[in-house]
Amino acid sequence: MRLINMRPARPGAVLLAAVPFVVLLVAYSIASDMRLAANPQDKLLPAPATIAETAQRLFTVPDKRSKEILLWQDTAASLARLLGGVGISAALSLIFGLAIGLLPYARATLSRFVAVLSMVPPLALLPILFIVFGLGELSKVVLIVIGITPFMTRDLAQRVMDIPKEQIVKAQTLGASSWVIAARVALPQVLPRLISNVRLSLGSAWLFLIAAEAVASNVGLGYRIFLVRRYLAMDVILTYVIWITLLAFVIDWLLKTVSRRAFPWMEAGL
Amino acid sequence: MSFVSVRNVWQRYGDRSILERVSVTAEEGEFVSIVGASGCGKSTFLRMLLAEERPYKGEISIEGGATAVEPNRERGVVFQKYSVFPHLTVRDNLMAAEGFQTRFGRLRGAARKEAAARADQMLTRIGLSHVAQQFPASLSGGMQQRLAIGQALTAKPRILLLDEPFGALDPGTRLQMHDFLMELRDETNMTVFMVTHDLEEAFKLGDRVLVFDKPRWDPQDPNVIGATITYDFDARHGGMPHQDILDHFPSLAAG
Repeated sequence: MRLINMRPARPGAVLLAAVPFVVLLVAYSIASDMRLAANPQDKLLPAPATIAETAQRLFTVPDKRSKEILLWQDTAASLARLLGGVGISAALSLIFGLAIGLLPYARATLSRFVAVLSMVPPLALLPILFIVFGLGELSKVVLIVIGITPFMTRDLAQRVMDIPKEQIVKAQTLGASSWVIAARVALPQVLPRLISNVRLSLGSAWLFLIAAEAVASNVGLGYRIFLVRRYLAMDVILTYVIWITLLAFVIDWLLKTVSRRAFPWMEAGL
Repeated sequence: MSFVSVRNVWQRYGDRSILERVSVTAEEGEFVSIVGASGCGKSTFLRMLLAEERPYKGEISIEGGATAVEPNRERGVVFQKYSVFPHLTVRDNLMAAEGFQTRFGRLRGAARKEAAARADQMLTRIGLSHVAQQFPASLSGGMQQRLAIGQALTAKPRILLLDEPFGALDPGTRLQMHDFLMELRDETNMTVFMVTHDLEEAFKLGDRVLVFDKPRWDPQDPNVIGATITYDFDARHGGMPHQDILDHFPSLAAG
């Protein structure tokens, strides 16, 4: 039998999915053990048990001075920035994507501009953003918006143009105005794409967020990681990294579920 | 004055001449089939009737109106595919035919209830009542085309344009669709233009069959001469004309 035709059965598939995680964990434990055996004071690869302890402390024990649990504060601040930036980007890309996709005048005016804009490396603009928008929340949100909006806009515009011309003509023969075509024909058909765009761009959004927080901030997940870096507190950094990964995973899963529930017609053909 | 009149229409894309000197008239209730080789301009002609394209020269008028600049509710259309909206249920697709012309694209209150009742009537007529709540993607090709025709008719257009409407269907379904279309036509007396590749279909359904072809062929530059209507067959009575001549001229029977 050919390799391409061999499929794992159900329990086997779950096991196979677990293998890389287990391998990573085991490899880390062994490496950590080796380093700690040589030097019990080693900070570079803390034992998994130490990380678990640190995690428990970070999640439950309040800071001595502020009487607040820092991890939750960081999480709230970072999520607010992230969701604000992504939300604004989604709204902007939807509006411009629909305009560029449907209106030849908007396309002639904006499509090149957006294409050039999407080539600008957003992190290179970070100093400018800090100067223009200050060191507060605004510059971080703007970095995310600048970072992901052009790419989302381009993709959505392309999706709108991919709607079969027959449908647009048909809507006109039913008397629909440009506005009705945008709102009732194009918009509902690109909304699922918008959600998958958001899912794709969340990775970059996290990147921009953590970069901005690392450079200038006083609260946030990225800020904390770069702060404790100075003390080589790998247990804290690793806890934060795992926590961020978990958050990203949950957001992605939520979006996927929403998409599936809200757009049953997408799957009607499957 | 004819119901639909096409006067000396030309179409060209850049230097390529597609159609030239196309003149034809059709009466209300006529079913006109349009055939021709690929690339002969028959689909271009249909797009001009639809006002998706404007003629380079000449006039196309329905009931004496001016040449339209964009598609409107006077013209209903069914394409080979993509004619229905995939994100709307079968019933909503029919209601869109009434709702899309309003300011916000949907009906409310009493108007909505009436439209829903009319949509249900149409669903019964096109035999799709049992799938009213489903999305088009879950329907078979034939059902989707019936829905597309029902949707076009719900908007009550003056002329119905069909662009190879049964081209993607299997032969059995195609025959069913022929019967379905003939029944609808008997009920509505709709004026229809249908582009098709299938000559048998063209003669079976049409009252007339227009053939598009290039009248001349320039060996140096084949693009310089466009196509036009080279034949205009009477397709009634199984394609044999003058079968009812005695009804019109009873005196010929004597002798």
